[in-house]
Amino acid sequence: MENEVKDKKQNKEEPVKTLPSVSSTPHVRDKSTTTNIMGCVILALLPATGVGICNFGPAAILVTALCIGCCVFFEWAFEKICKRKNTIGDLSAVLTGLLLALNLPVSVPWYIPVIGSFVAIVVVKQLFGGLGQNFMNPALGARCFLMLSFSRYMTDFSYRPGWVGADVISSATPLADVKGGASFSIASMLLGNEAGTIGETSALALIIGGIFLLCMGIITWHLTGMYLLSLVVFVIIFGGHGFDINYIAAHLFGGGLMLGAFFMATDYVTRPITRKGQIIYGIFLGCLTGIFRIFGPGAEGVSYAIIIGNLIVPLIEKITVPKHFGYKKPASS
Amino acid sequence: MSLLTFKGGIHPYDGKELSKDKPIKDIDPGTELVYPLSQHIGAPAKAIVEKGQHVLCGECLAEAGGFVSAPVYSSVSGTVKNIEKRRTITGDMADCIIIENDEKYEKADPITDKPYEDMSRDEVIAAIQKAGIVGMGGAGFPTHVKLSPKEPDKIDTIIVNCAECEPYLTSDYRKMLEEPERLIGGLQIEVGLFKNARGVLAVEDNKPDCIKLLKEKTKDIPNISVAALKTKYPQGSERQLIYAVTKRAINSKMLPADAGCIVNNVDTVIAINNAVREGEPLMYRIVTVTGDAIADPRNFRVRTGTNYKDLIEAAGGFKCEAKKIISGGPMMGFALFNPDVPVTKTSSALLCMSEDEAAKWEPSACINCGRCVDVCPSRLIPSHLADHALHYNEEEFLNLNGLECVECGSCSYVCPAKRQLAQAIKSMRRMQLAKRKK
Repeated sequence: MENEVKDKKQNKEEPVKTLPSVSSTPHVRDKSTTTNIMGCVILALLPATGVGICNFGPAAILVTALCIGCCVFFEWAFEKICKRKNTIGDLSAVLTGLLLALNLPVSVPWYIPVIGSFVAIVVVKQLFGGLGQNFMNPALGARCFLMLSFSRYMTDFSYRPGWVGADVISSATPLADVKGGASFSIASMLLGNEAGTIGETSALALIIGGIFLLCMGIITWHLTGMYLLSLVVFVIIFGGHGFDINYIAAHLFGGGLMLGAFFMATDYVTRPITRKGQIIYGIFLGCLTGIFRIFGPGAEGVSYAIIIGNLIVPLIEKITVPKHFGYKKPASS
Repeated sequence: MSLLTFKGGIHPYDGKELSKDKPIKDIDPGTELVYPLSQHIGAPAKAIVEKGQHVLCGECLAEAGGFVSAPVYSSVSGTVKNIEKRRTITGDMADCIIIENDEKYEKADPITDKPYEDMSRDEVIAAIQKAGIVGMGGAGFPTHVKLSPKEPDKIDTIIVNCAECEPYLTSDYRKMLEEPERLIGGLQIEVGLFKNARGVLAVEDNKPDCIKLLKEKTKDIPNISVAALKTKYPQGSERQLIYAVTKRAINSKMLPADAGCIVNNVDTVIAINNAVREGEPLMYRIVTVTGDAIADPRNFRVRTGTNYKDLIEAAGGFKCEAKKIISGGPMMGFALFNPDVPVTKTSSALLCMSEDEAAKWEPSACINCGRCVDVCPSRLIPSHLADHALHYNEEEFLNLNGLECVECGSCSYVCPAKRQLAQAIKSMRRMQLAKRKK
């Protein structure tokens, strides 16, 4: 009552000035936002996407568009149904869709991207609480699900090279060649005119994107660097080829390693938050990838390594709580 | 020479160009001055004047309420109008002495007339105590307490905090340029109190002219030096500053004296000089009035008790609507919903912004990017601490050393999800500290 009377009185006295706002400190903010960061990562993935489209033809555009469209739709629909705040504006669903597409072979039937997007967005991400709460990289979670459920399609790397309808090439991925002892070419691994998933074939395009992220300060060398380094060491020790530059390069540039090391392992949500934790995590991923690639039945190992790595992140976080400023050892008495 | 610094920190837009090139200007204090009894940490001062009593400029209005306390002086001559509750900077109503200014500025006797050269150590500290000097960087800790550590012989470094790392503030910069002798004089007095001490003027390297001038002025003084610090927020935070200068790291349970250091703000050191050498109690403050909503941003020499509204007027008023008015800097200052509050001993700036950046973006989900971890000067994990604070998970909050936070706000500043990290951590930290005191 009293307030009402006061308000009326103030209205009469016009003009009513709005009071300056108050808040807790600090009163200024940096300009970077979640949307900026996601946008930068998407931008960094464009060279690899471009190479994929050039290499695999129009079908690659379809798969990519379908993945992104479905991911955004599922995010929107889930949040609508659950009456949660709509978050498709933060571009994280777009990024998940793009990453999923880059992890699929071009020849998959239409329902694979749809199912994949559903698993990524609804099962892995939203059911655990949405952005920032998932314990597993959504795109990789979906990929592994698809690998186990539709392995026939997911490992079919036959494709028509380029845009002019040449014959279907049914070749093995370069890493399978490496493992099988067949001949391989480092140059085509770099440039990407190879069999593989849409986004993983050109190591060069991925490295360009990765360097862009490093320059923008979105990722740091700690994780990616240790991942690559530890894999190289692992390959030298256990690869059976000793210090063979060609063989090491094939492991670095072949398969999903560059995509995984620069864009999947570095996913903020599912990697440790401290630098020290990231170094441990990187080494763990490198060794795991090496084990899967060299001792496992398949040629690939990055996706599974990262998924398993995701699971031990809480443990890494537990042992890497940083010592605070001015930490003094408790006096032993 | 390599620059001294600490690990972490941020580089916000500094906005210092708005006010840094204009000399300090005196300002008419207005007709009514308000003196809160509690302008410092510790017991509030006790009023010793009565309603209707005539007071002189520099006369004591309230005496210290204990050892950790400080007296309050009148900065004008006039009549005591009343002692009543008035709104202060923090938004609370607090007991204040109101003085009606007679605009004659009749001076009271100096607090001490003994020349500095003849004073003993205890007399110097007594003069500082009597002058009501407190830490003028913002905390308001009584300076004489700081200068009376348990083991005075262990103090080997006295640092003057000339970093001025808060964006927009230029009052320390102007003082260093305009009153370097008083600053150095004050530091010499402090150094003279401790037989093993050296004095260090620690200046951020975005003020090369100050570094040059102070180096020039101190080149013949053997135990005083100038240290260049890397420009970075929060370089002027006490713990970070001690580390930058001496490489000794202290935690929240320790005092600067445990690292053999005493840290004072520029204004405080100048006040020490004025009190000991000239017998002048603390009644002035240099205040930066700035921000993009202010017509003529600059620094003013302000008598304590002056109304902030008079400062805005003296700076040409608003050139556009001020959405946010802050007493102090943008990183650690108090937001005011009404500028009708008095300038106190700890006021350093009045910042008027045309936009409220803190409200511009809505907080969203943490993406675990780790930027808060990279910038935290206390090397904590702010995003996890804020989660525990919001869930009131005391145990985990303490496990992750939440009490070590220096409340600098760097984490909130960098957060791309715009989370109110510092706010959450600060609230929880204060609750825990209050609990401990009980």
